[in-house]
Amino acid sequence: MEWLTIKQVQNGLQNKDFSCTELTNFYLQKIDQQKNLNAFVSTAPASALAQARSVDEKISRREILSGLEGTPGSIKDLILVKGLRATAGSKILENYQAAYDATVVDRLKKSGMIILGKNNCDEFAMGSSNETSAWGPTLNPWNITKVPGGSSGGSAAAVAADLGVFSLGTDTGGSIRQPASFCGVVGLKPTYGRVSRFGLMAMTSSLDQAGPLTRSVEDAAIIFQVISGTDDYDATCVSRDHEDYSANLAKPIKGLRLGLPKEYWQTGLNAEVKTILEQAVNKYRELGAEIVEVDLPHTAYALAVYYIIMPAEVSSNLARFDGIRYGRSSQTAKNLWEVYAQSRAEGFGSEAKRRIMMGTYVLSAGYQNQYYLQARKVQKVIEQEYAEVFKKVDALLTPTSPTSAFGLGEKVNDPLTMYLSDIYTVSANIAGLCGISIPAGLTAGRLPVGLQILGAPWTESKILNLAYQFEQATIHHSQHP
Amino acid sequence: MQLETIIGLEIHIQLSTASKMFCSCSNAGEDLPVNTTVCPICLGHPGTLPTINHQAVELGAKLALALGCKIQLVSEFARKNYFYPDLPKGYQISQFDKPLAKNGQVEIVWLSDKQIVSKQVGIERLHLEEDAAKNFHFQDKTLVDYNRGGTPLAEIVTQPDFRSAEEARVFLQELQKVARYLEVSQADMEKGHLRCDANISLRPLGEVRLYPKTEIKNLNSFKAVEKALKYEQIRQTELWQGGQGPKFSSTRGWSEAKGETTEQRDKEESADYRYFPEPDLPPLVLSEDQVEEWQARLGELPQARSKRFMAEYGLGFAESKIVTDDKMVAEFFEQAVSEGREWLTTLESVTGSKEEIWRNNGRKLVKLIYDWLVSEVFKHLNAAGLSLSESKLTPENFAEFVALVYEGKINSSAAQIILQEMFTTGEDPAWIMKDKDLGMVDNLADLADLVVGIIQTNPEQVSQYQSGKTNLIKYFVGLAMKESNGKANPEILTKLFTDHLSSK
Repeated sequence: MEWLTIKQVQNGLQNKDFSCTELTNFYLQKIDQQKNLNAFVSTAPASALAQARSVDEKISRREILSGLEGTPGSIKDLILVKGLRATAGSKILENYQAAYDATVVDRLKKSGMIILGKNNCDEFAMGSSNETSAWGPTLNPWNITKVPGGSSGGSAAAVAADLGVFSLGTDTGGSIRQPASFCGVVGLKPTYGRVSRFGLMAMTSSLDQAGPLTRSVEDAAIIFQVISGTDDYDATCVSRDHEDYSANLAKPIKGLRLGLPKEYWQTGLNAEVKTILEQAVNKYRELGAEIVEVDLPHTAYALAVYYIIMPAEVSSNLARFDGIRYGRSSQTAKNLWEVYAQSRAEGFGSEAKRRIMMGTYVLSAGYQNQYYLQARKVQKVIEQEYAEVFKKVDALLTPTSPTSAFGLGEKVNDPLTMYLSDIYTVSANIAGLCGISIPAGLTAGRLPVGLQILGAPWTESKILNLAYQFEQATIHHSQHP
Repeated sequence: MQLETIIGLEIHIQLSTASKMFCSCSNAGEDLPVNTTVCPICLGHPGTLPTINHQAVELGAKLALALGCKIQLVSEFARKNYFYPDLPKGYQISQFDKPLAKNGQVEIVWLSDKQIVSKQVGIERLHLEEDAAKNFHFQDKTLVDYNRGGTPLAEIVTQPDFRSAEEARVFLQELQKVARYLEVSQADMEKGHLRCDANISLRPLGEVRLYPKTEIKNLNSFKAVEKALKYEQIRQTELWQGGQGPKFSSTRGWSEAKGETTEQRDKEESADYRYFPEPDLPPLVLSEDQVEEWQARLGELPQARSKRFMAEYGLGFAESKIVTDDKMVAEFFEQAVSEGREWLTTLESVTGSKEEIWRNNGRKLVKLIYDWLVSEVFKHLNAAGLSLSESKLTPENFAEFVALVYEGKINSSAAQIILQEMFTTGEDPAWIMKDKDLGMVDNLADLADLVVGIIQTNPEQVSQYQSGKTNLIKYFVGLAMKESNGKANPEILTKLFTDHLSSK
């Protein structure tokens, strides 16, 4: 029952190689055995096993399984699952129980997913190493002295360690792709507006997207199919034709033009990572793609833009955690001001506080023009620049992160270096692109390296096709910790 | 030094939509138990998102169009960030630099010292936002009712065009009328549907610059608006006469009990709301066609109707205002007149074309309808605490009733009885008249018998009359009326008594 994909799960169940109860127990036991990874903040064994039993009954009635029926997986703790605790990795929500299902969760449940539990993550998705979680860092299953990446680090670690078939994460500046890269799994960040954000605790409303972390490209396509599409509860989830995202996976990629943005392959990129990724690029040449070099001169500013727009929205989005209606409320507060100040001081970690302060500053009267509004202008320029490049190429190939997984504690006291680990992923969010990180090989120290494929808005089919063809032509995805 | 008063208003109007501004919770929470019309969205739970209530957009746009504003085809929502327990998200979703509507113009017309005066008032903008929840402060705690949180609001900002407290009050009353005509809001100030902050400053007459203003809050009635502004006008005049007007802008609260404004500690002025575009909502885009359709469906506004009633029915300014202040009354009045007009042409006593008949008799009929409506019907409504639409009186029956009076088929005391009956039963007046035998007796022979009888049984009064105490005629008529159960025609009685008594 190890390393199963969605199709393998359903075939196995249908052929009675194993029952759904056995499979669910298998994962629940593994989660328990590998508690040291700290990939889960909570589990839901009772509801998972109850659901498994109903799948088994269905099979005994010789009914055919469809959708995600019988597929156990997990959900990042930033996303609400009705009745389960939702902490977002923050002490301020330590005892908060979700009152409703996020739209994505509702769709996964309706499709038949079995929810094993909630994955650890950086506090309110603010981090690149999972070290800002109030519940302690998640460890990288490949090497427990390394970080799993973040903020969907618990999700990536769970999938890499086979603690479920897949996990649902969120990506605001690279939070799906970077941990996918560090943990050697597939991570898809959909185009902004493709997937409903209703029920995702907002970090940066204008950039957040939910997406799958899986062990195969096909599974990513299947999960993406289930969660995408317009939602009456999210006005920014805009109408688009619903394609069959699995239909094009097997299409040959011969003749497609792939761009290598110079800016992504120069300074700052670790030499070993670069070598591994150049081999990946060569694989694409072998598969018949045309590789061209392209310029994206303004992409260098994407990180700067990100670190203005993101904290600005964070400062507003986290204002609701005020100790009044729910969440942590300081017990020593003596007046309204103290309820606010002390509840937030006690409840938020230092990265959250740092971003609230930065965001409050860049939105303040007298500074808004030179920071927030200026960043929005630069964002437009970057968006335009990518739009121009995508007129010339079908997709871009880049590193997902400048390095493989770094050591626990290595960057946690140096926010600036930490922020740089998102340098190759933020542009996709800033420019509203879709992107996917796929396993591209291991370093000498047996740490995974991810290749990022970036596509123009609404071209998930194309990047999934490119990812799948690479996966089928290589063995990287079948290597496990 | 002669001073000029400068007043501008900021008004919030709750829109009477079915659901809240950004979620599907009922908007009727005002009348429901506390914290029952709430959901994770309007309570600001994690992960929730707003969606725009299009009915609120329509009501806001109609109000803006009625105020002569230009609808902005692309407007934008923004977050106004501040902490307060009545604001669950820590920000209010409002509109900032791209409001729904801008640049309006409204004419107000009113009676001032018995003169009809009018004035143009500029509207700077109208934008949409969500209302805050309601705090209830107790000695040791504050409780919050979130039912009101998320109610759609239209905020209207006028230009500083008012030169007196009276003008500001008249404008607010006009705005209330317009909102009610459009059915966009009940606009009840006492209930907080219509809330007003007033900005006032003075300047030496002839200057164009504006001096630091005072913002007056907590104005819960039209009277309060006028009284507070008058108070503030005097207070600032004294400051100016003492050498200098207010040096800084400030906020003052109106105390109805004390009849004065007092300086409030000012959080507002120093607050930085850090407005930025609401990332959870795409810009609000409206089509030209949609706006035109709303414009076409505005219907007749109170002022236009009042002017038309003056021209069409010969009402005076004050009379027309009385019947048009309330849309239902205006419609009732007009329907009754139209029924009455039809009825006039069926009379045998009138001749000519429909137009001629109306020209010759219409004025009298309208006057009767107006008088009975404003004096008697209003009295009944007030006594019963009902509105016209809640009462059983229909314009058709009312017109028929006035026709009976017009034709002299009932006298005024019978009319009172019939109207009362119409109120309680909703019956047709002719039927009541027959049923209660209230038709006026004007048969000469019957009345003559009655008169003779009374003269015979009151010899003492007869001789007094004949010796010159002629006002005893009223006494005789009164007796006859009583004896006829109020049905006799008093005019004919008077004539008969006069004839009989003088011929003796």
